[in-house]
Amino acid sequence: MIIIVRPIFQVGLIFFEVRKKAIIRLLFFVATAVWLVMVFSDLTVLFSNLKGLDPGVPKWLPSFLLSSYVVLLYYYYKFKIEHEESLNFTDLLWKVFATGLVATVISLAIRLLLFLTGATALSSNILFNYLNYQINFSLFLSFLIAALTSWKRLILYQKSKWLIRTWILLEFMLLLVLVSDNLPIDWGKPGGFSPLLIRDIVLAILVLVLSSNMKWVAYLNFKQKLTSLLLLALTIFYLSYFFFTVTTQSDTIATKSVAFLDFRTHVFNIGLLGFVGIYSIFSFLVILFNLPTSSVFEQKLEEVVNFQRISQSIQTEQSEESVYKILLESSVSTVFADAAWLEIKSERDEWRLFTFQISEKEANAIRLYLKEKNVTGIFDQGSDRTRNLSKHLRAIRGVRFRSLVSFPITVKETNIGTLALLKELPDGFNKEMTNIVSAFANQAGISIENFRLLEEALQNERYKEELKIAKTVQKSLLPQRLETDPDYEIAAFSESADEVGGDYYDTLRINSDEVALIIADVSGKGTTAAFHMSQMKGIFHSLAQQESNPREFMSRANQALVFCLERGSFISATYFVINSRRKTILYSRAGHCPVLYYQASTGQLTYLKDKGTALGMVKSRDYGRMTESNELTYGTGDIMVLYTDGITEAKNPQNDEFGYERLQETIREVVHKTPREIQEHLIMSLYAFSGSEDINDDYTTMIVKFNQ
Amino acid sequence: MVHIKRLQEDGFDILAIVGEIDASSAIELDLAIARSVGEGYKRILIDCGSLEYISSAGLGVFMSYIEEFRDKQLVMVLFGLKEKVSNTFSILGLADLLNIRTGKQEAKQLANELSA
Repeated sequence: MIIIVRPIFQVGLIFFEVRKKAIIRLLFFVATAVWLVMVFSDLTVLFSNLKGLDPGVPKWLPSFLLSSYVVLLYYYYKFKIEHEESLNFTDLLWKVFATGLVATVISLAIRLLLFLTGATALSSNILFNYLNYQINFSLFLSFLIAALTSWKRLILYQKSKWLIRTWILLEFMLLLVLVSDNLPIDWGKPGGFSPLLIRDIVLAILVLVLSSNMKWVAYLNFKQKLTSLLLLALTIFYLSYFFFTVTTQSDTIATKSVAFLDFRTHVFNIGLLGFVGIYSIFSFLVILFNLPTSSVFEQKLEEVVNFQRISQSIQTEQSEESVYKILLESSVSTVFADAAWLEIKSERDEWRLFTFQISEKEANAIRLYLKEKNVTGIFDQGSDRTRNLSKHLRAIRGVRFRSLVSFPITVKETNIGTLALLKELPDGFNKEMTNIVSAFANQAGISIENFRLLEEALQNERYKEELKIAKTVQKSLLPQRLETDPDYEIAAFSESADEVGGDYYDTLRINSDEVALIIADVSGKGTTAAFHMSQMKGIFHSLAQQESNPREFMSRANQALVFCLERGSFISATYFVINSRRKTILYSRAGHCPVLYYQASTGQLTYLKDKGTALGMVKSRDYGRMTESNELTYGTGDIMVLYTDGITEAKNPQNDEFGYERLQETIREVVHKTPREIQEHLIMSLYAFSGSEDINDDYTTMIVKFNQ
Repeated sequence: MVHIKRLQEDGFDILAIVGEIDASSAIELDLAIARSVGEGYKRILIDCGSLEYISSAGLGVFMSYIEEFRDKQLVMVLFGLKEKVSNTFSILGLADLLNIRTGKQEAKQLANELSA
């Protein structure tokens, strides 16, 4: 739908634009044509009047044509000026001025021509005089109408319903006057009471009421005001010039011809001239008297803009630094300070100094001096900010500043910094200024707080993302498939909490008889745990191939890990080599949770608590002495339960641990089942015990059951 | 959550650990020991009487100081371990690497012997 509508809309717009231009041109040509016809018919009337002949044209025709000319001109300027979107106030005034300039130049050119040709018969010829008068008068009229349409835009700049109605009434009244001026009706003797008098009074009141609408003046800055004054002065000059010219000319003609009607007898002309003139003069005076206070208005406007900048910096700025920069610049420009500095405590509690038009050295000198001399209360909250410090500042060598105000910047009710503004004048800050900057400082505090919150949220998000990656890495380190052997079955399970743990298990066939098993727990959590786990996997896969003695395996693994692991990190592990030919389990425990072993022949379920120290903590070569190897012979139905401390340390809502005994009991219940079933029972029991699906640590278990 | 109280007694710096030490609170233990070392104490006692639980990361903190203490000839003695905590130490095989005593007096005595 939109795809179709948009081009149509655009074509429509272009069409409208083209049409508008055509209308403007058409109006101009028609107005010119009407004027020419009017002049011709007027001349005919005048000529025949002089010669005492019948003019052959109706008497009303010239005045009707003049009215049409006025209406056409009105619409011409209406289209030309009123629909221009981008015009600002000075542009509008410029348009009026330019129209006036063109009109004046034409009029002066005719004067010059007359002057150059000298006092010939031509200049005393009444017909020529009349033509000259008509040219001047039409120029004057077009200038007045151009001004009228421009003033309309100025007056209606801040429009209200009431104002628009008043303006429409004025236009209506002007039209009424125009029509009634030309109607050959005798309204009674002039000067006495007549409907015309009421009409004129209403018109005068409207003109005065509308002329009091000068709101646009307030929006001009100082420079624009000066330009406007000049343009208005010239406009007034043109008005006077034309009024003078047309008046003298009509006076001259009136002495020679009775038929001639002075333009002043038309109330429309007087009304239009009066309105344009009065508004020009009013505007001129209002701007003139507004000049001295315009800087205050500009300052207020700047405050608003600066305040907006700080507010916007909450959403848009890329860093805290840019918020500080905006704060400094805005504060300085708003209160016309000469320099400023900002001392800010960063999130990592480091103090930083940002300066503006002052060197860091200078700022530090002032700070140090005030601190040394114990000039209290300057950098504190609630102190009298306008206090005169020039005495102190003068005492510091090489410092050009004579007044200083400071403001605290607070985030979450703690003071995180100070904004100090400096001026070279003594006593340079007043109460208003401090109020504004105080508001700035508050806003900046909010900006910074928002910024820090956002940063925190981002950091958290990043951390979560990192964890996700680590978790994927960790998952991929666990074997997809466990070794199988006719002698035994292995089942394994690992589930980690939201945080990444470091549980690891794996199997590897060494040869046709031997399979290596490992279960390990990396200390700590998060990404480092995942990396340490991958190191453990590497060590297992490379060492298990060549080292079938578990103690030797542990010793060498320790040697490798001791230099790889982060300070304070270690890995607890138990390493097994199951020999299916000799039916033995050779194992070594390096600080890992003791293996739970079920001997089917005796029905005993025991923890194998051998000596052993976790990997990666002892640098010396005597690690070997701290760890032992043990050997078991397995029988049918024997079960080996490997697990990590997440299982024994799982807690119930009463904060009791699952513990070794409960683990033992749980396994005892299912010793006759398959490893998969045992594992499922254990995990079910764990969830039932903890009372929730949310685990707070990693649950990892590997169960080996010997069948044979 | 963990809270670590410090008090000085006859030239010993005693750190009393109250609560649980897990991966996140292990940093506090690390900082407390580092501060004590930084302040120049030669004999540091760790009071584990109110230590309810210690995770592997917490143990790692103790382990990470072993070598530094040996090099600087400082002594660290733990005492008053609860059974559960003590169990964690022994499973990981750290009981032999650390100096652990039951009571404060014995701990002081051991510290004096070792630093002598």
